[in-house]
Amino acid sequence: MEVITKITGFIFDKKPGRGLLLFGLAIVLIVILMAIFAPFIAPYDPTKTTEDSFAPPSKEHPMGTNRLGQDVFSRIVWGARVVLYVVFIATMLSMSIGVPLGLISGYHGGKIDRALSVVMDSIYAFPALILAIVIAVVLGPSPVNTAIAISFVYVPTYFRMVRGQTLSLKGQLFVEAAKALGAKNREIMFKYILPNLAPTVLVVFTLSVADAILTEAGLSFLGLSVTPPTPDWGYDLRVGQPFLLDGYWWLVFFPGIMIMLLAMAFALIGEALSERISLGSR
Amino acid sequence: MTRGIGQYIVIRGLMIIPTILILYTIVFIFLRILPGNPVLAVVGTKNISPEQLQHLMEMAGLDKPLYVQYFDYLWKMLHGDFGVTLAFPMGKPVVEYLKLRFPATLELTIFGFTVSVLIGLLTGTVAATKKGTKIDTGMRLYSIIAYTLFIPWFGMMLQYVFGIHFHVLPTSGRIDPGIELQRITGLYVLDSILTGNWEAFTSAIRHLILPATTLGIVLSGAYTRLVRNNMVDVLSQDFIRSYHARGVRDWKVTWYALKNAFIPVVTLMGLQFAILLGGAVLTETTFNWPGMGTFIVDRIDYRDYNAIQGAVVFFAFFVGLISLIVDIIYALLDPRVKY
Repeated sequence: MEVITKITGFIFDKKPGRGLLLFGLAIVLIVILMAIFAPFIAPYDPTKTTEDSFAPPSKEHPMGTNRLGQDVFSRIVWGARVVLYVVFIATMLSMSIGVPLGLISGYHGGKIDRALSVVMDSIYAFPALILAIVIAVVLGPSPVNTAIAISFVYVPTYFRMVRGQTLSLKGQLFVEAAKALGAKNREIMFKYILPNLAPTVLVVFTLSVADAILTEAGLSFLGLSVTPPTPDWGYDLRVGQPFLLDGYWWLVFFPGIMIMLLAMAFALIGEALSERISLGSR
Repeated sequence: MTRGIGQYIVIRGLMIIPTILILYTIVFIFLRILPGNPVLAVVGTKNISPEQLQHLMEMAGLDKPLYVQYFDYLWKMLHGDFGVTLAFPMGKPVVEYLKLRFPATLELTIFGFTVSVLIGLLTGTVAATKKGTKIDTGMRLYSIIAYTLFIPWFGMMLQYVFGIHFHVLPTSGRIDPGIELQRITGLYVLDSILTGNWEAFTSAIRHLILPATTLGIVLSGAYTRLVRNNMVDVLSQDFIRSYHARGVRDWKVTWYALKNAFIPVVTLMGLQFAILLGGAVLTETTFNWPGMGTFIVDRIDYRDYNAIQGAVVFFAFFVGLISLIVDIIYALLDPRVKY
């Protein structure tokens, strides 16, 4: 119970950025619900082709239809599943690799730390999308493979942040105390330091989800994420682009809006959270 | 002091070697990790005789053990050889494509970069001088929205409005077909100035406007944020207050503050350039811009791993070089940096 009131207090407290936080959370919630209840929300089968192609937005088709006569709105509703699935797996993977590596590297220092830092910094300095393209090309188009490709490029983001924090935390009094009481290294790292990293990891998590959404969309836009006829926002943008010249703007307008709304929602949440954490620590 | 900076440049230059090596290794491992023959992946088993296959493998250097291939390629790369294409056409040096495509990407990124820095400086300065007002909040929202703009979508919207609806700007390519331009650097804007070809100049600039704006606006958000925060810090310092007290005009004080707030922005430029290159891939694809990004995407369709490896490793060189340049500029600007 206490945890719940703490969380609700954290979200609803009248602190700066509450509006942004609530707005972001609302959008994320809507998209999650959309993904879960897709069969009930979508008015049509997203993959069913009909004669009614390139119909502009109307009462029957609120976002129009595409070249194959598929309902754009239904494809957007179902597309939420792919994005959330890929991005969730990707960020979970990169977090579960990046956080322990950063912790070990920062705590132990020495040669391991130097080697890991050089590797992570090199990956970090390189354009994430290009590296993800290489991995996605090799693995082939499928949601799981896309998730692996994306997870690889975001490991350094977690590593760098956790390593830096661990470096500053390990000199603090409570760590000294734990050492004096005979705590083992592993215990100090995971029992004493890790919980203190949680707030920052949470911020990095929300921000990297925002990045990962855009990277996923980028990979699908390049044809590297899903295979047709799977509904996917980035892929629909790719398929719709050639028909923009003929004025069929609704093929690309709506999927793009969804990509950005979702990415923006996570960016706003991350923004508000980081503000609150820095306020709390002052 | 001059000897100091010289030494610094050499040491900093050596530091980019591990970065390039690591990225080359990662790319090599990923592209060779899968079993199967990369040549057959391109041409298919039916279309080729065993002798032809052997010949192709030898030509592409793929017949040797993996570790030999690894060092062979590394050695060749240092001599400017990035391997050969596996298909369409077969056996053409990748470096010939890079020579053709890289200037296009460079031109796009230079203009995109300029747009992003200019917008960032402007919006950041405005936000800082109007700190705490609605304008400040608006600029903050701008930085978040710009950051989360999806390049292909934003590009397509600009194409729709300016290219299709109002029909005022071209939506694809680098120059109007039919315009002859002597190739010197491959940067069309520069080449047209050098040769005094004003028709080509206008055309090249008109083709650049939409893609560079797309890339520039998306990348400007990070600068807005950083410039604003630095400016707020600088504006609260004593020397600014003494300027005000002495009756220096507001815009002049803002200018002095901006100069002081600019140094940390240089560091961001290095990181932003990597993001810029990633964004360039999407921008090029959206605007049919014949650069490195579209080259990689074309080669994906052929499953030409050799060409992809060459292009990506070349990117690694470029990123390393940019970070070197940024660090040198930083060292020259900030006297506190020790060489």
